[in-house]
Amino acid sequence: MKTRILQALDLNDSAPSSSVSRRKFLKLTGGGIVVLFTLRDPEWLEAQGRRGVPLPEDFNAFLRIGEDGRVSCFTGKIEMGQGIVTSLAQMMADELDIPLASVDMVMGDTDLCPFDQGTWGSMSTRFFGPPLRAAAAEARGILLELASERLRLPASQLSTEDGTVYSTTDRKSKVTYAELAAGKRIERHLMAKPPLKKPGDFKLMGKPALRRDAVEKVTGRAKYAGDIREPGMLYARLLRPPAHGAKLLSVDASAAKAAAGVRVVQEGDLIAALHQDPEQAAKALELIKAEWDKPEAKVDDTTIFDHLLKVAPAGEVSAHAGDLAAGERLSTTVIEETYLDGYVAHAPIEPHTALAKIDGDKVTVWASTQSPFGVREEVATALGLKADNVRVLTPWVGGGFGGKGSDGQAVEAARLAKLTGKPVQVAWTRAEEFFNDQFRPAAVVKIKAGIDAAGRLALWDYGVYFAGDRGAVHCYDIPNHRTTVFGSSWRGVPGSHPFGTGPWRAPGNNTNTFARESHIDALAAAAGMDPLEFRLKNLKDEKMIRALREAARVFGWTPAKAPSGRGFGLATGIDAGTYVVHMAEVEVDKATQEVRVKRVVCAQDMGLAINPEGAKIQIEGCITMGLGYALKEHIRFKGGEILDQNFDTYEIPRFSWLPKIETVVIDDKNAAPQGGGEPAIVCMGAVVANAIFDAVGARVREMPLTPERIRTARK
Amino acid sequence: MTKTVRFTLNGRPKTLTIEDDRMLLWVLRTDLGLTGTKFGCGEGYCGACTVLVDNEAVRSCGYPAVKIDDKKVMTIEGLAADGKLHPLQEAFTTHDALQCGYCTSGMILNAYALLLRKPKPSREEIVDGMEGNLCRCGAHTRIIQAIQAAAEVMAGGPER
Repeated sequence: MKTRILQALDLNDSAPSSSVSRRKFLKLTGGGIVVLFTLRDPEWLEAQGRRGVPLPEDFNAFLRIGEDGRVSCFTGKIEMGQGIVTSLAQMMADELDIPLASVDMVMGDTDLCPFDQGTWGSMSTRFFGPPLRAAAAEARGILLELASERLRLPASQLSTEDGTVYSTTDRKSKVTYAELAAGKRIERHLMAKPPLKKPGDFKLMGKPALRRDAVEKVTGRAKYAGDIREPGMLYARLLRPPAHGAKLLSVDASAAKAAAGVRVVQEGDLIAALHQDPEQAAKALELIKAEWDKPEAKVDDTTIFDHLLKVAPAGEVSAHAGDLAAGERLSTTVIEETYLDGYVAHAPIEPHTALAKIDGDKVTVWASTQSPFGVREEVATALGLKADNVRVLTPWVGGGFGGKGSDGQAVEAARLAKLTGKPVQVAWTRAEEFFNDQFRPAAVVKIKAGIDAAGRLALWDYGVYFAGDRGAVHCYDIPNHRTTVFGSSWRGVPGSHPFGTGPWRAPGNNTNTFARESHIDALAAAAGMDPLEFRLKNLKDEKMIRALREAARVFGWTPAKAPSGRGFGLATGIDAGTYVVHMAEVEVDKATQEVRVKRVVCAQDMGLAINPEGAKIQIEGCITMGLGYALKEHIRFKGGEILDQNFDTYEIPRFSWLPKIETVVIDDKNAAPQGGGEPAIVCMGAVVANAIFDAVGARVREMPLTPERIRTARK
Repeated sequence: MTKTVRFTLNGRPKTLTIEDDRMLLWVLRTDLGLTGTKFGCGEGYCGACTVLVDNEAVRSCGYPAVKIDDKKVMTIEGLAADGKLHPLQEAFTTHDALQCGYCTSGMILNAYALLLRKPKPSREEIVDGMEGNLCRCGAHTRIIQAIQAAAEVMAGGPER
């Protein structure tokens, strides 16, 4: 995990055309006080244990105090439901001593915001938060300097409150931030780390705050990419192959071309019907007759695992200690098992959508994306332009979950806009969304582990194929262990996956945690121990022990050897620096083997929780979404043909699935904030699998945990 | 074939001449510029396109637009009256009953129709009534709480 983040920062976080961009940004910001800052401040990186990274020479975010006293934060990060439009504003407002309502977040506009690699990896609060707070503290320092001159008082006799600087001795002697910023043009690059507020002084951070985007979203005013309208725009529908890898043999678009108002465009692989009415475009597409050469299906959703093991690249050891052979000799019980996980779709309710408009050599794209700067590069490359000629704007994004870091729709819209000379919207249908999705990769985990006579873990040999290394390394106290990662990329290797795969909320960790925590549970059962007691006995990690005890307290866990018939399960995980422990209660229907998850408790240690309410919401979201991959979700396919095309066959969680959810945020106000959008999803497979085992004694080692698989495991 | 339909849209009379094979979702989003109603799946499975026709929740992606003739249509844009949020909108806001917000219009309008039928629904009745509306962010718990809270505020009936 660490390596991947490092690479991401290294490769992408410095803007390629920074000096041009810098002039452009600053021209656009007008007067006021501007503090530029970077996400790669060495201190922050060191604090995260990431030394040796070349230092940046440019900034990649800034804030501005306008002449009206409003404070804007310009960032390439985007809001897709995870709530940073609120939590980032909280951090900035708190350090600056301004009301939350005075903050404007300008997000994901590549002309106004400095370069950002993308919004993923639960990194916004962890890595963007600290420098944002520092920039705000710096800005407050500048305001104090200006106020000191204005009020003729030393800065030591000044305090700030609600966007105003006051004399500490005479409240009538004061000046507002707006007055201080008026007529000024101050630009400062944050170099040193200014003192930040101590937790005891927080007014907004660490306190619940309601979403700042809620009113727009409940009134329908919030604009998503598909809601943008441009005069003369056309709606495009694209011809898609019946299967990945299919070759176009012939196409006859004559009937479509003859339809009134329809334009048909063909450029290489891009064949589209366009119309000023989206329904007419869809009808025209149906008139296009195409013949395809569909390759023979070599794998499907049942044979994929053997295939993956066959084509797996050499393993890379990501953790190793002790001697595995010695561990095996010490073990009185050794369990060796294989765990499987199928392909899972992102399935945001908003499909990938974009509108592109071209004026001369300037392209503007509104896109539902997690990576506006990535879209800018892709569009520029596709049209043969410089990135500076492309402006990407990111309206509200209707869910991403990792799937909107890949944005073919934006390139399609841009190419079609160029070919037609009109603004073009490309909005994928649900079937296209399923077809083009970069699924969570199918994966295999093989574990051989042993315990000694006292119930202590003596051996752990863990190999993961194609899920990647996030969450692969265990946190237990095991003297002889090895973790090997075969195929560390979510994208797979050539010939591995029959279609695109990529990051999916807490990438890799869902698979790894499912396998590890299922196996730990199996070892606990073999030792004849309560699963909580077994974990506590084999842990030295204080944070995890605290989270386990906290979850047990809230859940009311009482010791029992599984299967106890109660249907209680537990699982632990670490993701994005955050510790999570889940406990669940399930019921398995005797006749149908359908699983009903009745209750889930989650204890989460994320360091300082900037917005505890936002953190709870993310946990609830993770638990609810995670039920999907745990119980039902997997893509059915034959070779490159995706059989699931809508929510009738691909079932995602519904209201009736809802367990009673209880969340505990272990708020460590003195610890650095960690990730919040992903961690609580990683345990969902294991906690349900372990609870099923406790309920009926059936160990299911393949996700999703379907009734058929439970029935088979019970036999 | 075109047809002229006269209907009430968010409380105001409206006349449109439209092709008879068009679906209400696209007439709202394209011809009328009411983009608060969302496309999610196109086949009625997700509920993002839910609007009210004569106070019944319908999936506008599969609802022929010509059927609104002589009927009352309400979209999310028509729910707040005189700049004041409807109790459901208020409750969704104060209960954080949304994340990405894309399913929210459909959720609120479906809940509106539910509360018209059952002004004091039990939790189970809310779950049953909302079952066909999908949310991928997992805001379900808070959506139920928001509907319960709105029902209390609206006690006496939401008819306006």
